[in-house]
Amino acid sequence: MKKIINEPQNVVPEMVDGLVRAYPQYLKKIPETEAMVRSDKKSMEGKVGIVSGGGSGHEPSHAGFIGKGMLSAAVAGQVFTSPTPDQIYAAIKASDQGKGVFLVIKNYSGDVMNFDMAKDMAELDDIKIKSIIVNDDIAVEDSLYTQGRRGVAGTVLMHKLVGAAADQGASLDELEKLAKDALPHISTIAVALSAATVPEVGKPGFVLADDEIEYGVGIHSEPGYRREKIKTSKKLVSELLAKIDQELHLNPQHQYAVLVNGMGATPLMEQYVFSHDLLDQLEAKQIKPVFMKVGNYMTSIEMAGISLTVFDLADNKWLKYLNYPVETIAW
Amino acid sequence: MLTTEITQEWMDKFYHKIEENKDYLSELDTPIGDGDHGNNMMRGMEGVKQGLAKLQKPDLKTILKNIAMSLISKVGGASGPLYGTAFLEMAKKCGETQDINALINAALDGIKKRGGATEGDKTMVDVWSPVAQTNEITQKVIDDAIASTKDMLARKGRASYLGERSIGHLDPGAVSSGYLFTALLETEASL
Repeated sequence: MKKIINEPQNVVPEMVDGLVRAYPQYLKKIPETEAMVRSDKKSMEGKVGIVSGGGSGHEPSHAGFIGKGMLSAAVAGQVFTSPTPDQIYAAIKASDQGKGVFLVIKNYSGDVMNFDMAKDMAELDDIKIKSIIVNDDIAVEDSLYTQGRRGVAGTVLMHKLVGAAADQGASLDELEKLAKDALPHISTIAVALSAATVPEVGKPGFVLADDEIEYGVGIHSEPGYRREKIKTSKKLVSELLAKIDQELHLNPQHQYAVLVNGMGATPLMEQYVFSHDLLDQLEAKQIKPVFMKVGNYMTSIEMAGISLTVFDLADNKWLKYLNYPVETIAW
Repeated sequence: MLTTEITQEWMDKFYHKIEENKDYLSELDTPIGDGDHGNNMMRGMEGVKQGLAKLQKPDLKTILKNIAMSLISKVGGASGPLYGTAFLEMAKKCGETQDINALINAALDGIKKRGGATEGDKTMVDVWSPVAQTNEITQKVIDDAIASTKDMLARKGRASYLGERSIGHLDPGAVSSGYLFTALLETEASL
């Protein structure tokens, strides 16, 4: 393992400290926690709070999206480990302005349980809570007999939607409806070239040969659906796009937003090459995205790979929310 | 009967088992999870140890609640809420009865409710359940329960994404739960 760190167990607190000291204009640390809240308290007044978070290792998620127009607070757990309820609760309390708090949770058993316990704690304090469990990863079957689909890069788009709506005065119930309506229209699928190494573990989560790739890998190195030899960018795009097409039934009459997301170690150069092939292949389907982002938004430490998120903008408001101005580190 | 003395000794022994087997638990977690169960449990038990050391002449409920809160606030992931809920349920129940079997049953109900898992899902429930059902906890009951998770197909948590590939691996949460009950057995024998 070769990483720019000190003691592996201090990675999260030192990262959080570095982040808040580097960007005091956006966020500050909530004392005694690894949770961060907007420094511009005024921007939260009279509005529903938006809180997200999860294990660390997905930077700039989630703290990079704290700021006016997006998240009120975010909680950083240990690397790839859900944050604990007391810390989530601290983030909820710091975000509550009397209008309630909306939680954006990724669908992992740990996150769901810890956020659920924090919700119970907040409700004892008479803070109204609603939430959405994001499950945009179409790599795994949605089954009653598993944890179900994972929450991955599409979560960032969910942050943007509810953040923009909350900033414009949406109520807790309206945010819940918005999130529930939009969720089935957001689909993500990834391909990995190499695995991530959790600092405290010191070894990669899985091993791919030099010339191997795996389709459908999750953001904590969860297994995907197929391994094969490395392909050209064109062929990777056609594999991932075909999966998205099966799910969303891409239609030239619809409007789409697209997020090409680097998993950590994949250079922007390759992400732009992938985008070039993606836009070509979408064009062949007579689709021109009306909104697009390319870059590292939901990473998996130093995993190499890319995820593709397509969002079918079935409601006109959704595009407006995506384009709504924000003041954050990373959007 | 669970007493304050037994509980403190029990946690001390559990702490040492986690310490000794930290790397093994993380290794078990690597093929079917994300390789950090040992580290997470160790962080939790450090919290439990420090939390208990601060208490002065606590009653049983205070001890159990203290253990629960340390686990909930230190472990994280799925194990934190599940182990935390187990001790929280024991804390709630111990005013009514200190019978160990009754307390373990209350904890098991809490774990099932919190995680939504049931017997056969390849989780810690597959150790807690046989232990809760037996009249006398023995090392064999514990070992058989742990071993039974090997051939199961994971239906909950991160291991569930592996589907068939989860078969052939022990469940790390079942193994750490096994240490918890072995620690209890050893405590009862030593007092």
